[in-house]
Amino acid sequence: MPEAKSLRAAYGEALVELGAKNDKVVVLDADLAHATMTSMFESAYPDRFYNFGLAEANMMCAAAGFAHSGLLPFASTFALFGTGRAYEQIRNSIAYVNANVKFGLSHSGLSVGEDGGSHQSVEDIALMRVVPNMTILVPCDPIETRKAVFAAALIDGPVYIRVARPVVETITDPDTPFVPGTILRLREGSDICILATGLMVREALKAADSLAVEGIRAEVADVHTIKPFDADYVLSAAERCGAILTVEEHSVIGGLGSAAAEVLAGNSAARFRRLGIRDKFGYSGRPADLFEAFGLMAGHIARECRALLG
Amino acid sequence: MGRESLDATELALRRDIIKMLYLCQSGHPGGSLSCVEILEGLYYRTLRIDPSRPDWEDRDRFVLSKGHSCPALYAILADLGFFPRSDLWRLRQVDSHLQGHPDMTKTPGIDANTGSLGQGLSIALGLALAAKHKRKMYRVFALVGDGEVQEGMIWEAAMAAAHYKLDNLVVLLDHNGLQIDGPNEKVMGLGNIVSKFSAFGFDCEEVDGHDPEAVASAAGRRTEGKPRFIRCRTVKGKGVSFMEGIAGWHGKPMNAQEYETALRELGGDQDA
Repeated sequence: MPEAKSLRAAYGEALVELGAKNDKVVVLDADLAHATMTSMFESAYPDRFYNFGLAEANMMCAAAGFAHSGLLPFASTFALFGTGRAYEQIRNSIAYVNANVKFGLSHSGLSVGEDGGSHQSVEDIALMRVVPNMTILVPCDPIETRKAVFAAALIDGPVYIRVARPVVETITDPDTPFVPGTILRLREGSDICILATGLMVREALKAADSLAVEGIRAEVADVHTIKPFDADYVLSAAERCGAILTVEEHSVIGGLGSAAAEVLAGNSAARFRRLGIRDKFGYSGRPADLFEAFGLMAGHIARECRALLG
Repeated sequence: MGRESLDATELALRRDIIKMLYLCQSGHPGGSLSCVEILEGLYYRTLRIDPSRPDWEDRDRFVLSKGHSCPALYAILADLGFFPRSDLWRLRQVDSHLQGHPDMTKTPGIDANTGSLGQGLSIALGLALAAKHKRKMYRVFALVGDGEVQEGMIWEAAMAAAHYKLDNLVVLLDHNGLQIDGPNEKVMGLGNIVSKFSAFGFDCEEVDGHDPEAVASAAGRRTEGKPRFIRCRTVKGKGVSFMEGIAGWHGKPMNAQEYETALRELGGDQDA
């Protein structure tokens, strides 16, 4: 049985581990340290942790001030409040100057669950994708979350790490190198390529299992970096498989599906579909029930693949 | 009642501001002219800086949170030798390092990108917190506008500055009373702004913002465990008669006749 852990716990642990190796790391939060799990860092390094209270805009600009002073700030809050409420602070005070600030923003997507639509960010990737200089990492499991934190620390400039709330089984290999800007093939297949990101990677693997029974060989690719986007991978997958399906726990507008569409349009005749949240807000419910209601389970992915190949 | 006359430096800086704004036919004269002596008090009498080493780690930091007033800052940075004075005449041009709002990645001597009002003070807060974190002795000065303090972020930063006891942070307010749409009191009254900062935990002082010695003296003081707030009483458009106290000169280009008049009033015949 693979190890299961919430991505936010993996994020908190990774910060503590990184903090031990790099004394420039400081962690900022906006009264959500016990939800984003930066509280782990606070316990380990109380004098390197700064709480800004409920003031995300101030926190983001202050993070720029830390970065301008040669420190390596990781600022955390919920994905919606970071990318949404503090959008223009990230845009002008951080990305515009390529300030070396990292945002580990948790509780992304529908999987916040019961808190409902006011807290479910269906648009955070889209908001960050349009900002120049931004790198966007979307880990799919605890191992990849740890790798994303360490990789972000090596990138010179702003990095958004999208951290989902649920407990997730480990599906990737600790020894596989994590190379930002690339797409990682998890399973070979020649009939269709499923490009999945975040929590959808596991569902895509399950979908590929069920498709295999029917004789459909689906390639499954883990899109852990939405930006910069690995266009070469997408084009070669389109060439190899002739069909591409994107799957994301995010709006189909502006996220992974859009990124793939932008690459394929005019460059490929491959069949193409986007699976994701269809320009709607979420609502309260258990994450699994919401994934079911929004058509984001393995069964939906398999059905979409069949339809695309049909 | 403020200080009556401007000295040669203040007139020369103003002539540079007027010239660069006339040449680019855009930009913000009113708020640039109101903060000249505040910047003079800081840059010529207070800040520990070295124009030959703009990235000197231990320098004092200055954040022009009211970023649109950057022509005044550019004139001073040029005068101090951070870059050639001739650069000023390329303000806002496509190949110039002098952007419409301050850009630390392009212009030597700029410590933070500002222009989107409200953000600069929070960056200054981060700089001050980082200085404490690194046990550095340098101080951080931020100049905010009176319209700018209507931004909610200002108060997020003010609360945090007191919470973290940032006695290395000095906030100066260029209080000329006018913003784009008219007088502060008509657009969105500030109330008793000194009482407000005081209630947020700042040590407060009020000075004549056109008296650089008074500004420097207030900015130089330090209160253990508290950030400082200095309300600088100023006149928008100070030094150019037809701009003084007129909100319309917030961001209006001058025509040739207005330019000549402004230069003459500022002793323009003294420029060789």
